[in-house]
Amino acid sequence: MGLLEETANDILSGDDPWPALEESGLALVGVPEEAGGSGGDPADAAAVLRAAGYHAAAVPLAETLLAGGLLAGAGLRVPQGVLTAVSGEVEAVEDRGGWTLTGTFRRVPWARSARGLVVLGNGLAAIVDPAHARIREGANVAGEPRDDVVLPGVRAEAAAPCTADAAELRRRGALARAVQLTGAMRRALDLAVRYAGEREQFGRPVGRFQAVQQMLAELAGEATVADVAVRAAVRAPGDPVAVAAAKANASRAAGTVAAIAHQVHGALGVTEEHVLRRVTLRLWSWRDEYGNETAWADDLGAAIAGAPDPWAFITGP
Amino acid sequence: MVATPTVLEPGALPPGAAELRSRVREFLAETPFTARCDSWLTGADPAFSRRLGERGWLGMTLPERYGGHGRSPLERFVVIEELLAAGAPVGAHWIADRQTGPSVLANGTEEQKERFLPAIARGECFFAIGMSEPDSGSDLASVRTRAKRDGDGWRLHGTKVWTSGAHIAHAILVLARSAPRSDDRHAGLSQFIVALPDERVTIRPIRGLASEHHFNEVVLDGVFVPGSMVLGRIGDGWRQVTAELAYERSGPERLLSTFMLVRLLHGRAPDAAARRALGGLTARLWSLRQASLAVAGALARGDTPELPAALVKDLGTRFEREVVEAARAHAGVEPDLGSPDPLARALAESVVQAPGFTLRGGTNEILRGIVARGLGVR
Ligand SMILES: Cc1cc2nc3c(=O)[nH]c(=O)nc-3n(C[C@H](O)[C@H](O)[C@H](O)COP(=O)(O)OP(=O)(O)OC[C@H]3O[C@@H](n4cnc5c(N)ncnc54)[C@H](O)[C@@H]3O)c2cc1C
Repeated sequence: MGLLEETANDILSGDDPWPALEESGLALVGVPEEAGGSGGDPADAAAVLRAAGYHAAAVPLAETLLAGGLLAGAGLRVPQGVLTAVSGEVEAVEDRGGWTLTGTFRRVPWARSARGLVVLGNGLAAIVDPAHARIREGANVAGEPRDDVVLPGVRAEAAAPCTADAAELRRRGALARAVQLTGAMRRALDLAVRYAGEREQFGRPVGRFQAVQQMLAELAGEATVADVAVRAAVRAPGDPVAVAAAKANASRAAGTVAAIAHQVHGALGVTEEHVLRRVTLRLWSWRDEYGNETAWADDLGAAIAGAPDPWAFITGP
Repeated sequence: MVATPTVLEPGALPPGAAELRSRVREFLAETPFTARCDSWLTGADPAFSRRLGERGWLGMTLPERYGGHGRSPLERFVVIEELLAAGAPVGAHWIADRQTGPSVLANGTEEQKERFLPAIARGECFFAIGMSEPDSGSDLASVRTRAKRDGDGWRLHGTKVWTSGAHIAHAILVLARSAPRSDDRHAGLSQFIVALPDERVTIRPIRGLASEHHFNEVVLDGVFVPGSMVLGRIGDGWRQVTAELAYERSGPERLLSTFMLVRLLHGRAPDAAARRALGGLTARLWSLRQASLAVAGALARGDTPELPAALVKDLGTRFEREVVEAARAHAGVEPDLGSPDPLARALAESVVQAPGFTLRGGTNEILRGIVARGLGVR
């Protein structure tokens, strides 16, 4: 394990990791230093995000990384603090050298905690203060904030032309969620393997039963294949086929992994107290966010149908 | 944190891979052949094999001094995945190229290397695997074929079954018991190269589900194997076959046996539902291919990724079946081996070969057992 991963694991296994993530600069890893980030490449950002998934940490890390990356990409300064990004129908009016934004956005992650809301639309990236927005709180099944946000004509703190559009935000969001999913799947595997070695029935650990072993092997297979595919996509973040395939597969794997992890844990796993709950509730949330396996299959299907050779589509050049 | 030993680093294709790939594609476009599903088991065409040999695409990883090409396993990966995805008839040389060549290189004598490796690389020497027996399948260490000393050589007695391609092979690599069973059930096994034909070797077809002939029963009735044709060390057979099986698992042939169906479905102006299905298959295949590539990269670095190789084969072979189900749902044709419609034919070829996908090379239950042992629960 590299130093970065070790630090990330130390912080993220703690009780209230967000302050330490900000202080250490991990909250903006992968965002260029010139823009106010901590520097590092996408693989570094993925390592931290994977650790957050592993520990099922309730932190707006993916959101801050995504929004920070968008601001930096538009040449804007990235502030400290929680950030989150949205796109959609935005009305942007220019006056007195600034922009006023109007729009409604659904299920915005962590909006209520954000210090800055990064809005994409009309070829612009803008940052607004959510204090001026109307926020209706909501959540995913894991209890992570997914708030509806109304901007009733809010003046942007800063804005600049930006090439990233709604499709690009969806793609980057999908890659981030895919990384989180693989971290959480690995945790589910570790928990299930450990429990199968500890829990005894019929006078032996349940992991001695071949039926349980076969389930664990399937869990390991899904988690491992999803992980290596997502790692490959992280190396090619601009490749739409890679990201779509990796997210679709990770979303699909998440269902299998959660089901097996629960089956192995028996009734103990379906309790509010158990740590597995924090993991599987996130698997069931993240697999549907920024496009689930069906949505991405539709994207890939449309693209491959238009490609001359389906094999070349899969291998790339 | 418990660290489960299953993190794979993505495998990176070497520089020049793209050019190599396009040369294989050009070759496939200009060379006539009959494309079929599961072509690496059922599509034998010795002339096609020789043409690949001429191009330098057999024995790619073998050293040049043995007629090989000194290329990396990842370059070989590129070539074989192109051939498989096209349904090219690679069955004749498949076993020799994939596993016997590397095994002879690793364990063989100078004489064996000079005799077999250049011929394998030319596509003129095909091998068969003589492991399974009527009473020994998953429990391979229980093989009963006996090897008895005779002068400076050995005589083999026993019956091998499911021996793919034995009827066109120039030699069989036979696993036999050379010393009585002891408490260590893996001890006393050895590998012997049996050159064919031989009057003390009887090869009879065992017909498959479509009455096709790809595997055989091989009766060894005291066939003489000179001491110079023992592969590796006497008594070291178990270690050698286990290493050989690593080459057998998790290659692209564990994902692509039914890819022809994807190709054909794609060519039929798919409707929205079929496009969704194609997209889902694409996502899965893209991901499994990354895993297969990662294992190939680990093998190229000299690692022995036994656990990842086993789990890739488990998921990969089940994917090959998933393709069949998707094709059935969207092809709008019934499986028919005699049909002039290539899709109906490929569907039929896949349906009848599919049960074998999760048996050959170690059943999926056995593979999951290997994974469970790697996880520490077994
Ligand atoms: C198309 C094809 C080509 C082949 N080609 C060759 C070849 O060229 N050379 C060669 O030597 N062999 C070949 N084989 C044989 C192959 O290696 C065997 O089929 C395989 O090892 C399984 O053995 P078996 O068929 O005897 O099944 P068995 O071992 O009898 O198994 C029957 C069932 O029991 C299950 N089972 C067995 N043991 C366990 C266990 N410990 N735990 C859980 N489940 C278990 C199996 O998974 C399977 O479902 C080929 C097979 C096929 C299908």
